[in-house]
Amino acid sequence: MKVELRAITKRFPGVVACDGVDLSVESGEVHALLGENGAGKSTLMNILFGLYQPDEGEILLDGAPLTARSPADAIAAGVGMVHQHFMLVPVFTVAENVMLGIEPTGALGRIDRAEARRRVVDLSDRYGLAVNPDAVIEDLPVGVQQRVEILKALYRDARCLILDEPTAVLTPGEIEELMGIIRQLAAGGRAVIFISHKLREVLTVADEITVLRGGKVVGNTTPAEADEAGLASMMVGRDVQLVVDKDVADPGDTVLAASDLVVEDDRGNTVVDGVSLEVRAGEILAVAGVQGNGQTELVEAVCGLRRPEAGRVTLDGRDVTGLGPDHLFQVGLAHVPEDRQRDGLVGSFPVASNLVLNQLRNAPFSRRGRIDRRAVRRHATRLVEEFDVRTPSVDAAASTLSGGNQQKVIIAREFFHARRLLVLSQPTRGLDVGSIQYIHRQVVAKRDEGAAVLLNSSELDEVLALADRIAVIYRGRIVGVVDRADASRELIGLLMAGAVDEAAEVAPEAGEEDEAVTVT
Amino acid sequence: MSTATTDAPAQPPAEPPDDGSGGGGGGGGEGSGRGAAFGAALWSRLRALANALLLPALALFTALVIGALVMIFTDPNTLNQWSSFFADPVGALKASWDLVSDAYGALFHYSLGTPEFFGRTLTEATPLALGGLSVALAFRAGLFNIGAAGQLVIGATCAGYVGFAFDLPAPIHLPLAVLAGFAGGAAWGSIAGVLKARTGAHEVITTIMLNYISYRVLDYALRSQRFRPPGRADLISRPVHDSARLPIIDVGDVRFHAGLFLAIAAAVAVWWLLERSTVGFRMRTVGANPFAARYAGMSVGAMYILAMVLAGGLAGLMGTVNITGRPSFTLTSGYYAFLGFDAIAVALLGRANPAGVLGAAFLFGVLRAGSTGMQANTDTPVDIIVVIQALIILFVAAPALVRQIYRIKAGRATGQSFTTNWGL
Repeated sequence: MKVELRAITKRFPGVVACDGVDLSVESGEVHALLGENGAGKSTLMNILFGLYQPDEGEILLDGAPLTARSPADAIAAGVGMVHQHFMLVPVFTVAENVMLGIEPTGALGRIDRAEARRRVVDLSDRYGLAVNPDAVIEDLPVGVQQRVEILKALYRDARCLILDEPTAVLTPGEIEELMGIIRQLAAGGRAVIFISHKLREVLTVADEITVLRGGKVVGNTTPAEADEAGLASMMVGRDVQLVVDKDVADPGDTVLAASDLVVEDDRGNTVVDGVSLEVRAGEILAVAGVQGNGQTELVEAVCGLRRPEAGRVTLDGRDVTGLGPDHLFQVGLAHVPEDRQRDGLVGSFPVASNLVLNQLRNAPFSRRGRIDRRAVRRHATRLVEEFDVRTPSVDAAASTLSGGNQQKVIIAREFFHARRLLVLSQPTRGLDVGSIQYIHRQVVAKRDEGAAVLLNSSELDEVLALADRIAVIYRGRIVGVVDRADASRELIGLLMAGAVDEAAEVAPEAGEEDEAVTVT
Repeated sequence: MSTATTDAPAQPPAEPPDDGSGGGGGGGGEGSGRGAAFGAALWSRLRALANALLLPALALFTALVIGALVMIFTDPNTLNQWSSFFADPVGALKASWDLVSDAYGALFHYSLGTPEFFGRTLTEATPLALGGLSVALAFRAGLFNIGAAGQLVIGATCAGYVGFAFDLPAPIHLPLAVLAGFAGGAAWGSIAGVLKARTGAHEVITTIMLNYISYRVLDYALRSQRFRPPGRADLISRPVHDSARLPIIDVGDVRFHAGLFLAIAAAVAVWWLLERSTVGFRMRTVGANPFAARYAGMSVGAMYILAMVLAGGLAGLMGTVNITGRPSFTLTSGYYAFLGFDAIAVALLGRANPAGVLGAAFLFGVLRAGSTGMQANTDTPVDIIVVIQALIILFVAAPALVRQIYRIKAGRATGQSFTTNWGL
């Protein structure tokens, strides 16, 4: 199917989200749509999928105009979309989810499960989408859930498939598998539109690249002609540096020490199994691992949000095991949580309130229980400027800000009071290049001021960009601690996958000093 | 559906701040720009106020219109006129108009028409305001207090007992009764708060159950010698002594009891607590996002308990002003518990905002005070008022419906999503 978007314009109150955008995708082609958050990528695709109506312009499918009033029209015309947030029923099986809405129905309205199952198996074989049709969705890892979403679109005979930021939630291994699947879909004659702001992926998988900025097409290129730096500056509109400038760390005293920590998750499974680590002043220790290997619970235990079953946590030599976040805050811990919307912000509160969320009880923001609103505002105005938070005013509700700016609000709040230890969980997940670059620079600056930084990230790029030392966690255990100088993408990737023996082979001079690789 | 994508910068411009911080903060002291800035801030606040009032006003209007239709279709005489509509269309319309205008005319006459009736309206509004504040405060902390009824009953029991069991001079007796009423309601409310904080038991369930228990607690007390007036066998208490009754205020023929001042003071106190104090900030944070509150080092459980104690106390005060202010001054079985449910409606209509609660309580006071006069003088049953009250709440709770009827764009006539987030 040939998909053509011609001069699409879509206005929202106060913004032109798409401004005369042209896009043409042939069948058998993977077309990457690249742009920062707010560039208009998703709006454009939502128009193609019938969620929005364009104010101007037209859509042609194989030359025939499409007027999709709703996703149902778009699906009927052969357009399928896999959203960033999956739309699956967690307690249903794969086959049930795939057939949802167009169940094969026998006599008396009986659902023909066998038929649905047969078609799911058939499709997954044809496109290399390995899934068990009888598995229940909530038991499946995110990467497999995504395959179910793709299967859903194929089951509805989508000849044009839109993937909206499909890699944002995936592990490095899953991303690689997805890339294979995308190639196979294209080889099968489908037109694939791949939305992303990750340059490496776009260069790997796309045939054509269209870059959007501020609702306009600012460039058309192919991976052969483009490189990461060029694409990044095209996206951002100025030159960007992809590498963080930083000097070699000059570590001081040990700030955080965890010894033999054992932590259980909410269901009572032991997910951190005897972890010991140390972070010194003026260094960044990254805990690298594929999501779900215990790093979330480890961070929660360190930050006083989860009581460890065993082991000790000390901060500047003081035993702080089992103390709550309030106490740890007083002794100089700052924490940027993993789920920023849930744990980091109160969306309905103004930016100013969010900037003092955990500090309002202290002077100068309040005295004897009474809020000093002038002080709060002054502080907010200062931080908004200092951390370049793009907000109409400090009174705007935090939920009206873009993801990158919401994260900057949290970063501003936490960095402001981080005296000794700064814990960062997935600090740049889902953010655009500009914001990532900014946040990385701030982290390094904080380190250079002498703070100890514990970074929990499953982005390999981020770990390699920021860390001075890397502790790789696998199934609740630290399987290796590597100095940045000795760490290669390959080595960390292998350790993250739990392939300790292979890792030992590629590790440089393992065993000599405990500074290099300690494989347990 | 994720129609709201992360990519589209499509959010409407941020609404004017509703926490009042836009007023004084903008000026700062920049000299000439100050007057203009103040004017703009005032204007934006007036607009915000108009927006906030639009939906309740339309809800009230729609409810009155439907109430009118109900009157027309349940009145035999008017229905007769309609059955001969084609012979005499003017007659049918006139009969309907007369019926409705008489009824609503009486409703407003007997609530607002004379100083005496206005005083009665204020008296009816007083307990509703306190109860509405109770539900509103709990709601801002993320709790749906269905238990105002039970807290009212326990509060009235405590205040009433202090009122008739002791002989004290008025300057001590009345404050003591008020304190007992607050304490009783607070203690009763705290049970649900502690259960929620310690075990996660949902406050909707526990407060409903505590309501039933409170009625029986009162019945049990009413059977005891301490409560029963000599020589009576039915469930009624001795009357509260004069020294513990709320003084009657008389301002140019407008007569009401001093409970009104208590209600207004409580509204100011709740507003200050929520908007100006650190404790209130923590309560609101817990209410708006308990996860973020926990990460910020706040004790979510402690806030739940505190909110339920204060909400219970306010509901206890609702019972107190009733027992020490409403003639008869005696406790009876199930003592005015229904006011506890009207309080939920008041908080809902007032959008969990202290000023809004006062306004809503006044409106409900009008409806309650006027309804008896309306029934006595126009044969329109009081029940029509119950229907209208219910319709108002229905329309406030379903803002989308009102927007549909009046073709208002979403996002304007909405305040907080007060009615869709009832914690369940």
